[in-house]
Amino acid sequence: MKNKSLVSINDYSKEEQLKILEIAKGFEKNPVQDILKDHVIASLFFEPSTRTRLSFESAVSRLGGKIIGFSEASNTSVKKGESLRDTILTIANYSDLIIMRNPIEGSARFASEISPVPIINAGDGANQHPTQTLLDLYSIIKTQGTLDNLHVAFVGDLKYGRTVHSLVIALCNYNTTFHLVSPLELKLPSSVKMYIKERKLAYHQYTELEDAIPSADVLYMTRIQKERFSDPLEFERIKNSYILSNNMLDNTKENIKVLHPLPRVNEININVDTNPKAYYFEQALNGVFVRQALMASILGLS
Amino acid sequence: MNESIKQLKVSAIENGTVIDHIPALAVFQVIRILKLDKFDNMVLFGTNLESKKYGKKGIIKVSNKFFADEDLNKISLAAPHATIIEIHDYKVTSKKVVETPEQIKGIVKCFNPNCVTNHEHVSARFDVLDKEDIRLKCHYCEKITVKNNMEFK
Repeated sequence: MKNKSLVSINDYSKEEQLKILEIAKGFEKNPVQDILKDHVIASLFFEPSTRTRLSFESAVSRLGGKIIGFSEASNTSVKKGESLRDTILTIANYSDLIIMRNPIEGSARFASEISPVPIINAGDGANQHPTQTLLDLYSIIKTQGTLDNLHVAFVGDLKYGRTVHSLVIALCNYNTTFHLVSPLELKLPSSVKMYIKERKLAYHQYTELEDAIPSADVLYMTRIQKERFSDPLEFERIKNSYILSNNMLDNTKENIKVLHPLPRVNEININVDTNPKAYYFEQALNGVFVRQALMASILGLS
Repeated sequence: MNESIKQLKVSAIENGTVIDHIPALAVFQVIRILKLDKFDNMVLFGTNLESKKYGKKGIIKVSNKFFADEDLNKISLAAPHATIIEIHDYKVTSKKVVETPEQIKGIVKCFNPNCVTNHEHVSARFDVLDKEDIRLKCHYCEKITVKNNMEFK
């Protein structure tokens, strides 16, 4: 994986993904190491992001690395009309690795093709967000002991949620049974369902959350946004039917864990937070270890 | 075969290429793709011609011009079953059906306005997912361009 950019989750084979998760375990045991002390990491956020940016920056800081970059494009040369090509070629001179979030789709792939230093895609518009997928996989393997043969329920906006798309595609390597819960307007797109069908894996579609919970080992919740609906009345009708509350977890499997890529709005009642089956805040912490492992692997430092 | 011979007799060209079996609606698209609208030699075309096999079809005849494979690949995106007939001295010297390539670069625009290829100086590249009912997956934004939203450069 040395010098290998991560743009799309499929850029890394199953074996490479598992290797990252294995290395992440080591960082979880020992998160403060100074392996990046001679490295400069560029963190280029062309649009604001709190969680992903801070998680990366925390990962770099705990490894003793230096960070340069920006957290929004408004005060940079981009505002003066500089092309992405020029920005990347310039900043590559100053750094050993570039982490980039950019609202333009395909920008990370483009950057990886022109940059002399590796690129980590921290989100390119609605396209890909592969480090989220790695931390989701890490959270699943850590709580379930395996990635194989699990029943995973995805709930909410399955149409536009890029974290859902990437995780579904990644889980197709592990004989997963998929339980897909969404309003009819927000069903999983056929371009993603194609991966499930190619692997001949089982999937079930539901419109009621209660129907999918009993068989799930993992319950992956997502936020439903009002602006996704062409008919606002339809949103008002369904918005409360995808809210997870504590009592709904009563008769579920012992090993079930509730995941959420965050930010949460109201789709998980706060009374779930103290339930041992809730796992979304630990999931966010896992992002730091996974990103440490990824950077160490790409820089050949593990 | 009889049909094409009959048509060649109607408006034969001495030397050049006949592009036959173009869907009627795609004739002007093929002309644009091959830049025949800016071509100096004689170009004849017809559209909405009756075809037993294809319903309505179009045909283009280009004098003193033989196309490279790359041009033929472009034609295949607009007219996947087009036949390319080369004529020398009024005789058919070769006849073949166009083939859609596995990958295409720089011919078609990505339909996604938010794709990097529509913002930076970089050619759009696609993997061809379906050659029959053309579906192109963008190498950059990974979105799929289909026939209805396909725009040639």
